[in-house]
Amino acid sequence: MNKVENNKAWFLVLPMLLLVAFSAIIPLMTVVNYSVQDILGRSAFFVGSEWFVQTLNDSRLQSALMRQFAFSFTILAIQVPLGIAIALLMPKKGWQASAVLILITLPLLVPWNVVGSMWQIFTRGDIGLMGYGIRQLGYPYNITRNASDAWITIIIMDVWHWTPLIALLCYSGLRAIPEAYYQAAQIDRASKWAVFRYIQLPKLTNVLVIGVLLRFMHSFMIYAEPFVLTGGGPGSSTTFLSQTLATMAIGQQDLGPSAAFSIIYFLIILAVSYVFYVTIMNMQKDKADNISGGA
Amino acid sequence: MSLILENVSKSVDGQDWIRDINMTLEPGSFNVLLGRTLAGKTTLMRLMAGLEKPTSGRVIMNGVDVTGVPVRKRNLSMVYQQFINYPALTVYENIASPLRLAKLPATVIDERVRDTAAMLHIEHLLKRHPLELSGGQQQRTAMARALVKDADLILFDEPLVNLDYKLREEFREELRELFKTKNCIAVYATTEPNEALALGGHTAVMHEGRLLQYGRTPEVYHQPKDILTAEMFSEPPINVVPGLVTESEVTFDETVHFKLNADLKSLTPGRYKFGVRASHIGLVPHADDDLELPVNVDLAEISGSETFLHVRNDHFRLVLHLSGVHEYGVDEKIKIYFPTHKIYAFDMGGAVVHVPSRMGGA
Repeated sequence: MNKVENNKAWFLVLPMLLLVAFSAIIPLMTVVNYSVQDILGRSAFFVGSEWFVQTLNDSRLQSALMRQFAFSFTILAIQVPLGIAIALLMPKKGWQASAVLILITLPLLVPWNVVGSMWQIFTRGDIGLMGYGIRQLGYPYNITRNASDAWITIIIMDVWHWTPLIALLCYSGLRAIPEAYYQAAQIDRASKWAVFRYIQLPKLTNVLVIGVLLRFMHSFMIYAEPFVLTGGGPGSSTTFLSQTLATMAIGQQDLGPSAAFSIIYFLIILAVSYVFYVTIMNMQKDKADNISGGA
Repeated sequence: MSLILENVSKSVDGQDWIRDINMTLEPGSFNVLLGRTLAGKTTLMRLMAGLEKPTSGRVIMNGVDVTGVPVRKRNLSMVYQQFINYPALTVYENIASPLRLAKLPATVIDERVRDTAAMLHIEHLLKRHPLELSGGQQQRTAMARALVKDADLILFDEPLVNLDYKLREEFREELRELFKTKNCIAVYATTEPNEALALGGHTAVMHEGRLLQYGRTPEVYHQPKDILTAEMFSEPPINVVPGLVTESEVTFDETVHFKLNADLKSLTPGRYKFGVRASHIGLVPHADDDLELPVNVDLAEISGSETFLHVRNDHFRLVLHLSGVHEYGVDEKIKIYFPTHKIYAFDMGGAVVHVPSRMGGA
């Protein structure tokens, strides 16, 4: 059979290509453009990898990156188990289910900078419920002075804001498990833990992968909430990557290094997400293989 | 091991799902629950299993009243319409899971798993995961899980519905063989009369939460207690034609007459409903006393290598079940042959008053 050459096919993918070009490739290429040149007014010099070398050696960015990883992993470690637990406890049907769903979704509906403002007021020592309350208990809580207070507050804020997302995803995943599985487990006399471990968790893998990836990417790019709540302080103890980058690009107009770092930033998110994905998928397989080791 | 249901009823939100069922399942018996969707088959099984508690009545297992004893404390297994296996475990571990929960020694587990797998022809798939298997293989795994633990009661809730035709036939045959040697009670729910016939054993015909008739499968099929049972236990449903019996002849709707034959002689004159199975009406006469009827074709419904021929005259409609493919145009005039010696007679209330004695095949 002769292969049929049909160039019309290109016309069919053209709209998609244009869309991707405008939404992703062209903006990305301007950043690439800045990252390899020194642009000042109308003159531009090609500088090669200089900006990349400079940013990678910048201790300010390095420590922001470390803080960023610490933050992202901490909130994941809390939000994923907590989200699963909440989903397991949520009512399955009736008006209670709708009520709980609405209540749990509320934090997701609050705009990010509003979340920051809310918590900023909430944690104030003079008028904030939380700040005042903790001080009344005898602890000198102060997020503008004490770095660990600031950290813990930001983490609690993020957990409050985003755990519902994991809970919702898991809830939908749990609802998709046919009732017959639970019956079969009952007939097998399986324990609650066994039901969770061998039925619910495996069936949740797919939604959890999505949840973990979304939450990782989200949290790795966190900007508005800490910016409003602590302004990155005290000192630079809660200055995360995107805020560092924004200061560099807009505050100092260091467009070259900022562009270089944007690309590194992007590649880190891509790489970590990929590693997450592959690891979770393999874990699932390994676990299953280990359990059946007797076979 | 016997299972007795005594006046078992179940209502949910004021609706009766199961109405006053009495049944005694003998040890080692294979029982088919036959009924349409929503007939109450699954609910009855759940009651037998202890997944639900009856609203009233008692469930007695081996002489012990187990009404209200939760499923966890009973020894039974169940196979579902969906293929239910532990998704993250291998086939081997899936089959072994009930034994592991029973804390049997590893050597016993290994032996029983391998035996059961061999019985169901999945011994070569032990290391795979359920999702890497075909539907039939997944259901075999689920069946192996149900069979491996020597349950007193095994429930099959339409286990073959999601499989293709060929596989279903294969499975039925194997199941029949498997249960010949087992001493447990098997209960098998299906919507298909033909499946009940193929499985044999005993059949309980159910309709709207009631048990219409329970007995040995061929008996229930050949000697239905009433019209409803006969309708439920034939596919397509049995043809019902109202008619009149006089001193000397039978009349269907004033036009069709035939002499009272030896078979129907016992009927006292009066109005009856007559039933004839779709497969007993033919396009050619099979016996001398077959009644010739001119009819018009409504529809020839071809299903695989069989044809359901819907016909009518001015007074009634009939369905013929013919083997082979027969094509007819709408309103085509044909002659059909009505077997006067294979007619069931029911009184106007629906109870059977005459069962044909010279029963040819099904």
